[in-house]
Amino acid sequence: MSVETTAVAKKSLFTPFNLIATVILIAGLVVTVMRFTGGLGTVTNLDQNNPWGLWIGFDLLCGVALAAGGYTTSAACYLFGLKRYHAGVRPAILTAFLGYALVVFALGYDVGRPWRLPYPIFVQQGTTSLLFEVGLCVMIYLSVLFVEFTPALFEWLGMKKIRNIVVKATLALTILGVILSTLHQSSLGALYTIVPSKLHPLWYSQYLPVFFFVSSICAGLSMVIFEGTLSHKPMHHLMDKEYLDNHDGLILGFGKAASLVLFGYFAIKVIGLAYDNNWHYLATGYGAWFLVEMLGFVALPSFLYAVGVRDKNLTVIRWAAGLTVLGIIVNRFNISMVAFNYQLPAAQRYFPSWGEITISLFVVTIGVLAFRFISTKMPIFYEHPDYKGEH
Amino acid sequence: MLRRTFLGLLGAAGASAALATPAKAANKHFGPHPDTHGVLFDATRCIGCRQCEQACNEVNELPAPAKPFDDLTVLDVERRTDDKTYTVVNKYQTSKGVFFRKNQCNHCLEPACASACFVKAFKKQPNGAVTYDASVCVGCRYCMVACPFSIPTYEYDEPLTPRVRKCTMCYPRLQEGKLPGCVERCPKEALTFGLREELIKIARKRIETYPDRYVDHIYGEHEMGGTSWMYLSGVPFSEIGMREDLGTASAPELTAGPLAAVPIVVGLWPVLLGGIYAVSQRNAKVANEERVKAVKDALRRAGDEAEKKLHEELGKAEQASQRRIEVEVKKAVEEALAPKEEDAGTNEEES
Repeated sequence: MSVETTAVAKKSLFTPFNLIATVILIAGLVVTVMRFTGGLGTVTNLDQNNPWGLWIGFDLLCGVALAAGGYTTSAACYLFGLKRYHAGVRPAILTAFLGYALVVFALGYDVGRPWRLPYPIFVQQGTTSLLFEVGLCVMIYLSVLFVEFTPALFEWLGMKKIRNIVVKATLALTILGVILSTLHQSSLGALYTIVPSKLHPLWYSQYLPVFFFVSSICAGLSMVIFEGTLSHKPMHHLMDKEYLDNHDGLILGFGKAASLVLFGYFAIKVIGLAYDNNWHYLATGYGAWFLVEMLGFVALPSFLYAVGVRDKNLTVIRWAAGLTVLGIIVNRFNISMVAFNYQLPAAQRYFPSWGEITISLFVVTIGVLAFRFISTKMPIFYEHPDYKGEH
Repeated sequence: MLRRTFLGLLGAAGASAALATPAKAANKHFGPHPDTHGVLFDATRCIGCRQCEQACNEVNELPAPAKPFDDLTVLDVERRTDDKTYTVVNKYQTSKGVFFRKNQCNHCLEPACASACFVKAFKKQPNGAVTYDASVCVGCRYCMVACPFSIPTYEYDEPLTPRVRKCTMCYPRLQEGKLPGCVERCPKEALTFGLREELIKIARKRIETYPDRYVDHIYGEHEMGGTSWMYLSGVPFSEIGMREDLGTASAPELTAGPLAAVPIVVGLWPVLLGGIYAVSQRNAKVANEERVKAVKDALRRAGDEAEKKLHEELGKAEQASQRRIEVEVKKAVEEALAPKEEDAGTNEEES
């Protein structure tokens, strides 16, 4: 009996996932050493024309957008009164917290002197900068997310008193979280309003902040569905009855919301196109790519979501969620890399290096491992027996 | 600019700090500082000798380039500035023959780099130079993203102490009352240093005096809100590698809208979200009350039904028992009467 269990434990350590994760972690550590001994030039393809690459385009822009599930789910449950989504809040908050923590971690690679990251807030404030807004919001929101995550931590540690104090502050924290998310999801888009001369007109718009905010809601809703699908199998033994009973309802509800918000996003993107009178660009090469983004990654998932919800077909909804998540990545890549510096000749354009791709994978892997570790140790997918039914 | 600083202060330092600074009238126009100096570059005079490059290299104590400055074959390929080169001269084949253009920081009146820097590492000095302070720089490179001329450069090979590098209009030399290195060295007077106002007058005069020689445009007078470094050319500026589609809005104007939205969201969202919360709570409460009422009603209805049924049943039972009693009585009477009849029968037989 005992021999069997140890064999199982041993076997479970050498899963394909663990092996791939180990390889990525080792490669990531090697690149880390190279970056901090040789400088950005040794591991990235960044140059004087292209100061921002994959670490901003993916780790920051996509990382923040895909962590939007935290504020969308907690707002749906605590502000919009959709109590039946309560079981989905903790996984979403944990994802958001890890997402933001990793965004800051990844910035440590990208900026020249990471230990100075607190400078804009504590040393000298460049309040005319939209990056100042991003920095301030990320710092405060990361703290808010940490506090929102602590009930699970305190339940695990058995610290009842302090856990109950934090739970009492849920409403205030949720409202604060939505304000901060609104501000800096949009300010990431607003970063690019300063360069109408470098960003292709099809992607440049005065409405960029609004586009980023609305698409982050789509990203948040889709990410919750997408992640629920991914974690269902490995985490199934941890999920309690409440989580499992509500899971399908949550997917249908979020699917319906995502369909609507994607439709609204499509509408405001068209309004942006009309406002700047950029129709003629649609006939160009960039225009074709823009149409792929708009039709393939906005209109199509919106339609698929609607069909999936109407037919109560969870598989179609899950595909729509995956497509939306991919679409968000496509959009952020377009703005930060593909359509950025569009006026430069091909030879001077940016493409990420292996070092950059390695660090991005490294960061994602750390996130997945941390999520797995925490959700197996703490009450994330189930309610702690001591606090059953407390909403 | 000041109005936005005011809004920023509101967010950063609290209302008390902001209220201590009187808000400026919003419709006031803030022009450049009266002491703003600049440089006028005249492409019709430049001969591409690269002496300005050499002077720049010397006064800024930059490392020597791979090829010496008198090697003019360097001009065959278009170059850009980098962290070891603050200015370059490029050669262009144009509709009117070969022209040269010097490139360096244009020292904008409203610099995009300064507007974009979240630690205020860049400063537009009263004398016109845009300077950089490495002691606070985080190395985020947003200045490089923001600059429409792609001027700020970065020490990518410095692992832990990278700095942003660019032309400073020789700010330290200006402080000493000297000319910028490149201006001092130019053998053809293609570069003119002076008060920006004066330079615009000089440029206009040249265009007026030699209308066939110049394009009727002073590049930098209005581009991106105006620059301290301005250009004259004999061919359209796009032919000497300059963008003519930058527009006249300065970088701060472009970001004013998104920045102004921040305090509005902070002020409005709690009300909106609080309202949504209140509505959802109220809905939940009403739904709950209705449910309780419905349960009560159902119970009452069920109770009434049961009572009625009970009454009916009781009535029925009473009737039934009544009937049973009657039957029993009848039976008893019949039974009581039967022997008498029998007796009567026998009596009849006996008599």
